[in-house]
Amino acid sequence: MLKYAIYRTLKSLPTLLSLAIITFVMMRLAPGGPFSSNRRVPPEVRANVEHAFHLDEPIWQQFGRWIWGVLHFDFGPSFKYRDHTVAELIHLGFPVSLEVGAWAMVISTLVGLALGIAGALRRNGPIDYTAGAIAMIGLAIPIYVIGPILQIVFGVDLGWLPIAEWRGGWEYKVMPIITLTLPNIAYVSRLMRGSMIETIRTNYVRTARAKGIGERRTILKHAMKGAIMPVIAYLGPATAITVTGSIVVETVFQIPGIGRYFVDSAISRDYPMVMGVTVLYGGIIVFANLATDIVRGILDPKVSYE
Amino acid sequence: MSDLALPPSRGVPGEPPEEMPAGLSPFRASLRRFSNNHLALISIVILVLIALGCFFGPMFYPADTDLGDIDNISAPIDLLSAHPFGTDDQGRDLLYRVLVGGQVSLSLGFFGAFVSVLVSIAYGSTAGYLGGRVDDVMMRAVDILLALPFIFLAILIKIVLQDSGLNILGIAFDGPIASVFVAVVVTLWLTPAVIARGQAVGLRNREFIEAARAGGMSQFQIITQHIMPNSINVVIVYSSLLVLEAILTESFLSFLGLGVQPPDASWGSLIDEGAGRIDTDPRLLILPGVFLAAVLFCLNYITDGLRDAFDPNER
Amino acid sequence: MVSAMRSIRTSAEATPPQAARTVLSVRELSVQFKLPHGWATAVDRVSFDLRQGEVVGIVGESGSGKSQILLSLMALLASNGRCSGSAEFEGRQLLNRPAKELDAIRGSAMSMIFQDPMTSLNPYMRVSDQLTEVLTAHQGKSGAEAERIAIEMLERVRIPEARRRVRFYPHEFSGGMRQRVMIAMALLCRPEVLLADEPTTALDVTVQAQILELIAELARDLKTAVAIVTHDLGVIARLCDRVIVLYGGRIMEQGTIDEIFYDPKHPYTKGLLASTPRLDEKAHGELKTIPGQPRAASGDLPGCPFEPRCPIRIERCKAEMPPLLAGASGRAVACHMSEAADG
Repeated sequence: MLKYAIYRTLKSLPTLLSLAIITFVMMRLAPGGPFSSNRRVPPEVRANVEHAFHLDEPIWQQFGRWIWGVLHFDFGPSFKYRDHTVAELIHLGFPVSLEVGAWAMVISTLVGLALGIAGALRRNGPIDYTAGAIAMIGLAIPIYVIGPILQIVFGVDLGWLPIAEWRGGWEYKVMPIITLTLPNIAYVSRLMRGSMIETIRTNYVRTARAKGIGERRTILKHAMKGAIMPVIAYLGPATAITVTGSIVVETVFQIPGIGRYFVDSAISRDYPMVMGVTVLYGGIIVFANLATDIVRGILDPKVSYE
Repeated sequence: MSDLALPPSRGVPGEPPEEMPAGLSPFRASLRRFSNNHLALISIVILVLIALGCFFGPMFYPADTDLGDIDNISAPIDLLSAHPFGTDDQGRDLLYRVLVGGQVSLSLGFFGAFVSVLVSIAYGSTAGYLGGRVDDVMMRAVDILLALPFIFLAILIKIVLQDSGLNILGIAFDGPIASVFVAVVVTLWLTPAVIARGQAVGLRNREFIEAARAGGMSQFQIITQHIMPNSINVVIVYSSLLVLEAILTESFLSFLGLGVQPPDASWGSLIDEGAGRIDTDPRLLILPGVFLAAVLFCLNYITDGLRDAFDPNER
Repeated sequence: MVSAMRSIRTSAEATPPQAARTVLSVRELSVQFKLPHGWATAVDRVSFDLRQGEVVGIVGESGSGKSQILLSLMALLASNGRCSGSAEFEGRQLLNRPAKELDAIRGSAMSMIFQDPMTSLNPYMRVSDQLTEVLTAHQGKSGAEAERIAIEMLERVRIPEARRRVRFYPHEFSGGMRQRVMIAMALLCRPEVLLADEPTTALDVTVQAQILELIAELARDLKTAVAIVTHDLGVIARLCDRVIVLYGGRIMEQGTIDEIFYDPKHPYTKGLLASTPRLDEKAHGELKTIPGQPRAASGDLPGCPFEPRCPIRIERCKAEMPPLLAGASGRAVACHMSEAADG
């Protein structure tokens, strides 16, 4: 088991490395930099600033610096917010994004599981139908449409919740989190439903019934174990979806998280910031995939034999 | 007289396979299955109607509609008037904007998906057929790109291109539309390439490929004439999904402000504008939102229908 | 063939059929399935008794409905199936009862083993858990006590190193051992009746014989009646006291094993026996077969289901279903051409 965990961890290292390389290459390819503004800068100043940003060094040296920095969570100074390093800005924004994202993940997983199981057990019943409708909406309508619609309905028309911004109270968190949960609720519930239906039809569930241990035990103990595996496997991609979604949600609801910084930096050519956030988020996703793989290895007795 | 067999699998009978009329190629049989799916068919009709509306609708407007009708600022919805869905705060007809925006969204979506399909089939078939180290290297590259959340990839590409001044064959790649297009294609081709490669791997050991090799066909010929066409089933299922994703990606980028720039509009950018004005004029958001959602729903149903009809794994 | 393979159950040990009490009484059991264009009959008014300690074999080709008989007794029919008729077990009706009622019986007084041990055990649970839950659910045994009994039973089915192996997962056992585990699981509560659905079909030939011997031995020791479904006459010959021959959902013939093998009366039975290659015969040319294909779900047709393939059919066979005429000793035949069952 431990061997599998180590093996799996090692396998993700090249991915992280490639992530760093790709972001670095991309950023160096893109023109612009501290000088994207249109002001004419005298050559000496230009040379100084370049030196300060290490832009005058050979490329592999810059890359080495970059990697070194990444390992120390040092992404360099922001091009845009001259007084701050990227790391500081991330430090400010990440907890916010983390809070919204974590809540969204937890809620969407639990609700999705519940809806999926309920739908599978009472197929085509009212719960199944409702779950199906929610899934359809979550899957088809992008969250940057759902978010503003929620804003209109609950913020403008009904006035129950504040439209945007982030001023500390729970009411500012409700809509963003709910918006963020929707795509994953859709996926998880559909996945769980299909998986549950298929598991209930297996021979081993039939055997469990034949043993007379009762329907509840059959479903909760026997069917659940098999059915939940695809959902666990899905949690990795689910993290990616939540991360992506958080960018939108932070934009729509004006939340000061790093998703929003990311977009702003992309627009304003603040490349160190873009790189930093990309590496951070990329790392989170790689880690999430790693974690779910290991959890799957623990839960599925056949996996550790690979 | 065909007999119905009691279904075998798992020892627990369920529904038996449908009767297959004799004489249909698998493709035609799948087509027949698809045409029985009413939801998918209706979706196609709606999609076509919307597309027609977007591309031909604006022709019904007077030539200077772009400039806005200053006499009619923020007109309400009045289906019988010259501005059926009203106007925005600059007097621009909303329906017109949505239709024109639809042109951009739909064309980027379909064309982007089309190019992605081509690229992915070519890449995947080649990798899968050649196998060995070439396959390893090619697919490892794909794996690495896949590890990046695709939005990041899209945004990175967009940023890289937008100031690069890149100009190939007279096409300016630094323009917003072209760079969005490239970003969409680069993110989209990865997964279908993996699928196509899987197909190629499955096909390369089949007897008819051996026969082609024995008959002296070059690798290039085999790939283009045998491998790629035989992946059609899988491709069809994926293509509508790709259109869906292409439209979503483009809208996403435009919504964030990284895509289409004014004066051009796409549904994504219109939604972005609308989202900023929900307290004053929700229509600015709802109109493009409804169109986008409708197209996405239709594509979803079509994708489901195609998958049910064409994908052997689902049967 | 029976002489070539000694029956495991010698006549001295087998309980004389009429003397023992009846534990399971099935009357007019019919099973139907809802298909896209209507209901199809898989089992057509089957009736038989199972007496304590005896082994009854139900033999038939694929699609004859034989598995469905067992599944309906255990209320395990697929969701598009329905059954009618009566099945009395220990004075209680089994068919169409709420699951809760049947849960008390299933797994304890009446249990079932299935064809494919590979997929019939839960791959995500340890064997110990799968065994002990039967005991804790039905007999209220504590975990430790249940595990002790489980290990004992595993030893009884000849799993080596049972104490260590009980903590394993199913995929760590071989196919034959998995089937032994299934048997152990089914017999933990010393059931009155064991239903076996093709228990050896998925196993290697060498393992098959061992499993059959095991079933026979345990059934004898625990005084469990066994109803075994199979398409393999060899299995029947080794194991059974009585045989029911099923075709197209109907009983074609039934009798004791000697009667069926030495004095078959129904053309289908004769055909079956003739088409089974015998070890004690020299090979002569082609294998004999019954021409045609079995037609499943033929229970809806008016005539005899075997009629299209029957070498001695007459006009009446297509129009009228021959009744199952029983003689005094339990021997029965359903054929217009052999109305004289033994006296």
